[in-house]
Amino acid sequence: MSDGMVIVCRCNDVTAEEIEELIDSGVTDIEEIKRLLRVGMGPCQGRTCMPIVISILARKTGRKPEDIPLPRARVPVRPVRAGVLAGGDDE
Amino acid sequence: MSKVAIIGGGIVGVATAYELAKLGEDVVLFEKSYFGSGSTFRCATGIRAQFTDEANIRLMKYSIERWEKLEEELGFDINFRQTGYLFLATSEEEVEAFKANIKLQNRFGVPTRLIDMDEAKEIVLILNTEPFLAGAWNPKDGKANPFKTLFAYLFRAKEMGVDAREQVEVVGLEREGDEITAVKFRSRGKVERVKVDAVLNATNAWAPVINEMAGLKRDIVPIKACKHQLVKTEPLERGQAEPLVCPPSWNDAYIIQDGEDGGIICGAGIEHEAKSLDDVEPTYDFLRGVLRYALMIAPPLRYAHVIRQWAGFYAKTPDSNPAIGKLLENFYIAAGFSGHGFMMAPAVARAIAELIAKGRSKVPLDWDWYDPYRFERGELRTSAFQIG
Ligand SMILES: Cc1cc2nc3c(=O)[nH]c(=O)nc-3n(C[C@H](O)[C@H](O)[C@H](O)COP(=O)(O)OP(=O)(O)OC[C@H]3O[C@@H](n4cnc5c(N)ncnc54)[C@H](O)[C@@H]3O)c2cc1C
Ligand code: FES
Repeated sequence: MSDGMVIVCRCNDVTAEEIEELIDSGVTDIEEIKRLLRVGMGPCQGRTCMPIVISILARKTGRKPEDIPLPRARVPVRPVRAGVLAGGDDE
Repeated sequence: MSKVAIIGGGIVGVATAYELAKLGEDVVLFEKSYFGSGSTFRCATGIRAQFTDEANIRLMKYSIERWEKLEEELGFDINFRQTGYLFLATSEEEVEAFKANIKLQNRFGVPTRLIDMDEAKEIVLILNTEPFLAGAWNPKDGKANPFKTLFAYLFRAKEMGVDAREQVEVVGLEREGDEITAVKFRSRGKVERVKVDAVLNATNAWAPVINEMAGLKRDIVPIKACKHQLVKTEPLERGQAEPLVCPPSWNDAYIIQDGEDGGIICGAGIEHEAKSLDDVEPTYDFLRGVLRYALMIAPPLRYAHVIRQWAGFYAKTPDSNPAIGKLLENFYIAAGFSGHGFMMAPAVARAIAELIAKGRSKVPLDWDWYDPYRFERGELRTSAFQIG
């Protein structure tokens, strides 16, 4: 998993190496990692990548993965067209 | 060298820690959650000098000059870009008001001008020009990445020796006479204390709680936490709506293309009183309401997918101007920024750091205007021009 070319977040193109570097520089809060690298902030809302980010963080900080809370998921969890949400669209 | 404690790890606290360290002070910074967790990481990224009174125009003109050099000074990409703010008028009276504001802004060197809708359409490709008569356009306004900006300040502050602690909550202040002598804080479940020479309250929406810890009246600076929200679309091609675009008469609704991924951020003045200082629950009425406005401003947005919605606090004072200055001999405050604390932070941080370290500042900040005791004296300022 330490191969620099491993893409962890496919939505926002973030590699394992970038995540490890940031943790090494002292940023170990999942909410901060998320925002600095935009990992987990793509259309899938981190469903694909967050479990991997958490296991990297757990390994590098010696914590248990279950002790690291998942970042808050933002509503709406599935993308919906603005026209539909605003009403008046015939979908 | 004296020991200064800063309470609150939002953009104001972190930037002030950096400025104080540059002035040679020994700084300890406390953040009860993670850095940026308050309003800062929830903001709409906008930076503008288009205010409607002298104090805020001059402060923001200076702040934008700081923003222009910040990337170089901090040695970190913060994605500051001068993509402008475009305010749109829907009536003749509003056009007249815009003209008066522009005149005032020009007097202090802010290059805002009135533009017609043809020019507006060239600037904002997806704009619906029909409802609008004219625009107030300042190409020097802009946006920056709040995450990167906060961390840029934080990294440099730490390099200069700032003791920056997160997940550490301040739980009490010890006071003798008119001075705070020590700060009590909870770290990993244990309460500890540190002796200090000065304290800055930079907790924004939480500021009344800290003022009470200092033995002051909780409402000496009456700050109310009001829930404001944003929604964001999927990433769109760059250049569709780079400036912040806002018709103030439509409940302050605005759109701005995120400088990072190109998603369109949509805001509006659909406000809710926060149920508590933990209440950042998004609401459905906002989602629906804000999108109605956004689609009237830029109809093609109806085909964009909405991927996120979130809420944060406008920490509001009765006149929407922040409280900046001294509350006790060595107890300072910079809080109550309403919807404009991110943009002001580079200027305010330098000003308050100089005030703490040297007793005066070269920053063009009107200390009388922002005087934290003005509410107690019943002297409100004209309301700062707030949007969203
Ligand atoms: C939806 C929305 C859109 C916005 N858009 C813009 C915009 O476009 N441009 C702009 O300039 N501004 C905008 N703002 C406003 C801007 O976000 C704030 O004014 C700014 O972030 C305030 O920064 P701060 O450092 O003063 O406060 P905060 O970022 O709120 O920081 C205060 C910190 O203090 C901490 N704290 C509280 N109590 C304690 C304690 N006892 N011990 C330790 N720490 C404590 C909190 O956890 C918090 O992190 C927006 C705000 C919202 C909600
Ligand atoms: S894979 Fe990371 S947000 Fe979708």
